[in-house]
Amino acid sequence: MQYWNPSCECMSREEMMKLQTERLIDTVKRIYHNVPVYREKMQEKGIEPGDIKTLDDLKKLPFTYKNDLRDTYPYGFFASPLSEIVRIHASSGTTGKQTVVGYTRKDIDTWAEVTARTLVSAGADKNSLIQVAYGYGLFTGGLGIHYGAERVGASVIPISGGNTKRQIQIMKDFGTTILACTPSYALYMAEEMEELGVKKEDLKLKAGVFGAEQWSENMRKEIEERLGIIAIDIYGLSEIIGPGVSTECHCRCGLHIQEDHFIPEIIDPVTEEVLPPGSKGELVFSTVTKEGIPLIRYRTRDISTLNYEKCECGRTTVRMSKVSGRTDDMLTIRGVNVFPSQIETVLLEFGDTAPHYLLIVDRIDNLDVLEIWVEMNQQLFSDQVKRIEDIERKIRKAIEEILGVSATVKLVEPKTIERSEGKAKRVIDKRKF
Amino acid sequence: MLVKQISVFLENKSGRLAEVTKILADSNIDISALSIADTTDFGILRLIVNDPETAEKALKDNGFTVSCCSVIAISVPDKPGGLAKALSVLESEAIGIEYMYAFVGKAENEALVILRLDNPEKAVDMLEGAGVKVLTSDTVCKL
Repeated sequence: MQYWNPSCECMSREEMMKLQTERLIDTVKRIYHNVPVYREKMQEKGIEPGDIKTLDDLKKLPFTYKNDLRDTYPYGFFASPLSEIVRIHASSGTTGKQTVVGYTRKDIDTWAEVTARTLVSAGADKNSLIQVAYGYGLFTGGLGIHYGAERVGASVIPISGGNTKRQIQIMKDFGTTILACTPSYALYMAEEMEELGVKKEDLKLKAGVFGAEQWSENMRKEIEERLGIIAIDIYGLSEIIGPGVSTECHCRCGLHIQEDHFIPEIIDPVTEEVLPPGSKGELVFSTVTKEGIPLIRYRTRDISTLNYEKCECGRTTVRMSKVSGRTDDMLTIRGVNVFPSQIETVLLEFGDTAPHYLLIVDRIDNLDVLEIWVEMNQQLFSDQVKRIEDIERKIRKAIEEILGVSATVKLVEPKTIERSEGKAKRVIDKRKF
Repeated sequence: MLVKQISVFLENKSGRLAEVTKILADSNIDISALSIADTTDFGILRLIVNDPETAEKALKDNGFTVSCCSVIAISVPDKPGGLAKALSVLESEAIGIEYMYAFVGKAENEALVILRLDNPEKAVDMLEGAGVKVLTSDTVCKL
């Protein structure tokens, strides 16, 4: 099976634009009438749904920022009543509050459709055994791929993340053909396999769909070599739908965006001007089929480029280049999005002013590790070791709860953390992508 | 009868203690007693000095995190059972000892001990009632 849905994936540009236009017009009407925040945003710009007639009018619409979702936490951007919502997921917000998204039954159906396209691009069919080692839960990774795999008719192994020895055992015994996880976890598995004496020849693995974090071509080569598979980059974010927004095909020359559902733009993150195809800038998405939480011109903060040329695989959908960076300070640690400002929220619980802190991220044996330096201050200090160790433990626990990833906390002397022009540096990322 | 102790947060890295003692020397501070509690990552230096206010200010001005608390200083006979007798008084009154350390002074045939207790005022009364010699700040600094 070459394509899951050739009529959409190989549609002519003309047809695609017609479809996108119709859907955009519908979506704009929907959000204007159902989402007060959007109505206000549009009124501020002096536009009404009737002003949106062509795809070119997209640029008249206001942007949606992650902080908009925080300010209207939890359901402010929902365009459907909760009675129509059948699923809720959440991802990291910029502070302590999560970004909440809701899916109607139709949205779940759309999601299964786009993740099915993703899996088929990686070579999946109904004979595949797909091991989903993305986390299940509020994170969209696990359940997103799961529904797509079922849609294709493949056999799903919903193992979720962690417990690497069991992952490898199952991969070998069950005959897994497609692995879905973060690329760094795939490499970690390869390492663990070596340790356990499991060879790639012992596995039936053919392909991997890897996403949820930034990775390099070198990492791809290493994964492909060590696991004997083809490694496919997939992209998605919960605000847009989750995994399934775009995927590489076997040509591995850009990720095909499912643009009948998600219209991409590349903008200059500073001037907010739309840039011509091929230019490098910030990726912005407008969802045009979603009911639960349709977002218009959502600022992903991911840096990429767009290529509208027809791909060798036969698909005509626009391709985005592998994400090359961020326009904000968001980090991805073991697949989890982390904002340094979240740490500040935690530290404020321990005093009136947050002490200076520094996140040090490293990749040791292919696993991301996070160390957080917190400068000792008068509020945290005590002459008793047990009190300080108690505070250290409480900070660590609170950070784990807010971030969703474990971290080690190190209390350091005041002024240890380097300041540039009075502003403390918040992150040192030692990982090489 | 309580003695002021200052505590300083130190990271476990070389040169930190030398730095503290230099700052104190420059401020003409005399150290009577000291102890260090250390963990893998950090240490807490505890000091009894002749002028705790000046010492605290000098260290803070130099970027150290400093706190001040009250401890008691006792002197016990320098012979077997000398300390045991004093501690049994605290135990009978269920006064908890957070930590303690011995220090060296010029007192002959006497051993000197600093105690950090959960109820220092009550402890002073109890110890003195039982005939244990509790030292004032002035005495400690002159030892």
